[in-house]
Amino acid sequence: MSGHSYDAENYWKANLRLIFGCLIVWALVSYGFAILLRPLLAGISIGGTDLGFWFAQQGSILTFIALIFFYAWRMNKIDEQFGVHEE
Amino acid sequence: MSQFAINIIFVGGSFLLYILIAIWAKAGSTKDFYVAGGGVHPVTNGMAIGADWMSAASFISMAGLIAAGGYSNSTFLMGWTGGYVLLAPYLRKFGKFTVPEFIGDRFYSKNARLVAVICLIVASVTYVIGQMAGAGVAFSRFLEVDSTMGLIIAAVVVFVYAVLGGMKGITYTQVAQYCVLIVAYTIPAVFISLQLTGNPLPPLGLFSTHIDSGMPILEKLNQVITDLGFNSYTADIDNKLNMVLFTLSLMIGTAGLPHVIIRFFTVPKVADARWSAGWALVFIALLYLTAPAVASMARLNLMTTIYPDGTDAAPILYEDRPNWVKEWEITGLIKFEDKNNDGRIQLYNDTPAYQAEAEARGWAGNELTVNRDILVLANPEIANLPGWVVGLIAAGGLAAALSTAAGLLLAISSAVSHDLIKGSINPNISEKGELLAARISMSVAIVVATYLGANPPGFAAQVVALAFGIAAASLFPALMMGIFSKRVNNIGAIAGMLTGLAFTLIYIFVYKGWLFIPGTNNLPDTPDNWVMGISPLSIGAIGAIVNFAVAFVVSNVTEEPPVEIQELVESVRYPRGAGSAHDH
Repeated sequence: MSGHSYDAENYWKANLRLIFGCLIVWALVSYGFAILLRPLLAGISIGGTDLGFWFAQQGSILTFIALIFFYAWRMNKIDEQFGVHEE
Repeated sequence: MSQFAINIIFVGGSFLLYILIAIWAKAGSTKDFYVAGGGVHPVTNGMAIGADWMSAASFISMAGLIAAGGYSNSTFLMGWTGGYVLLAPYLRKFGKFTVPEFIGDRFYSKNARLVAVICLIVASVTYVIGQMAGAGVAFSRFLEVDSTMGLIIAAVVVFVYAVLGGMKGITYTQVAQYCVLIVAYTIPAVFISLQLTGNPLPPLGLFSTHIDSGMPILEKLNQVITDLGFNSYTADIDNKLNMVLFTLSLMIGTAGLPHVIIRFFTVPKVADARWSAGWALVFIALLYLTAPAVASMARLNLMTTIYPDGTDAAPILYEDRPNWVKEWEITGLIKFEDKNNDGRIQLYNDTPAYQAEAEARGWAGNELTVNRDILVLANPEIANLPGWVVGLIAAGGLAAALSTAAGLLLAISSAVSHDLIKGSINPNISEKGELLAARISMSVAIVVATYLGANPPGFAAQVVALAFGIAAASLFPALMMGIFSKRVNNIGAIAGMLTGLAFTLIYIFVYKGWLFIPGTNNLPDTPDNWVMGISPLSIGAIGAIVNFAVAFVVSNVTEEPPVEIQELVESVRYPRGAGSAHDH
């Protein structure tokens, strides 16, 4: 693969955009909902506690799984689009 | 059949299985030994990563930590899973056998590779001692052997499958160990969730109604423990900066730990590596979603065992204590002292705030100390589950400890044989010679780990601070910059790793003692003395930031990396032509 073609640059940009998007969600559910923004979610009660607690002990982990599968699926798609996937 | 016989059958049966797998999966080449031939299926690899990752800490200690800390210790749940989101994007065609090899090639420097080897060895050795010690405890409790004897048995089993099979043997035993540990962890949890809430799924039971009281189970737990002077289980906390940084340190530490990363070198394609990260987290989450339920339910069970008639009534008589309390008293992990000589077990939080209440009730101090590590192991007995569940827990705890130990030992031995011996000392070593060197360094590593497991040095208890701090502050940034920046050069990377590492270690040593020697700390390890409330366990995240900053600044004032290195970075970014891990 030649290093400096137009496509290579776009491929890398698409890759970074995807990573950036995933990291926003990643930070939002863990550092956001579960920790810093927990007081905002205090009004939503769930099983004797609030939604922030649920995100800290369940929701963030479930979101992480979804994020990795989404990343793998999108990234493998992008590889194909740019023709850099492995046969 | 006696409980002892049942335990022997479960543990012995699982060990036999691991050894049979080892004989079947013998390594014939260095490629087999380092990366299991490079042809592992993503789902299989996901399972192996699950066992590799979930250690004695996850299996035995984590639920106890959450039970003790409630909401604030959710950090472990998020921290030890969230790192996989960071890992996934840099699983690329490293095309290497080891982590230091990538760092050495990318930063075109033997010194960079050497720094990485040292970080790897310190982090992994700290980690492996904890696994061996954990295996020793499980043996001494369930198989009634001396814990040193237990350690030696564990070491022999690991020796057989890790030295014979290398990564290949480890991969397939880890798959079996994953199955054993997840069944062992979830079965008691399902039983307990059913008993307490009627819901067979523990993660749902956690937010369901407690059958006996008709209240949500977390509300009931809060009520019981706050009545006894403990902090509320679910309440929010004040020091959020530390909670954020601690979670971040665990996450980036996870993404920088070599024994996890090398598992991703075993699949054939980059696309497979990405899928296996997803599968790994699915398999890990089965335990991590269950753990918080185990934590709160076991804590409630413990409280209702001691206070069968409610917290306002008198606690049980010491004579009437259940059998499991007696069993654990023998190990010294539960201790009772009748301070007010009334023959009853007062379990409460002995703080000034509760002083008046305690005096009014005629209590002279908390009388029961329960080591939080026993929570998961004692869980089936606390809930009166049948004997075979206890046997299963014993086999599961050992599977968790041994699978992680094997992964770590492989990371250590490959760093020695591939990075030190082949990389520096004797580059012309033959394939056969390197395979032999790998087996010998693995054997030495096992002997050292067993010895240190039996005689744990001061740093062994500091796995979270030391292993995660080092991985977060040195290896993770170097790997990230190696892929995501073309500008960072050899001098920048080395300067970054060394300052990140030094910064992190100094902060830890100031509070925990220099080289963890008791009494040599400069400041007491309490929240009032921490800079901005940042605990020494959370400092790895700041160390990583220091590493990034230094590396960028130094790289920008020194020469650009050579063209062929910039091309190497380019080529790492594109999956095509990756193939499986290979040697140069």
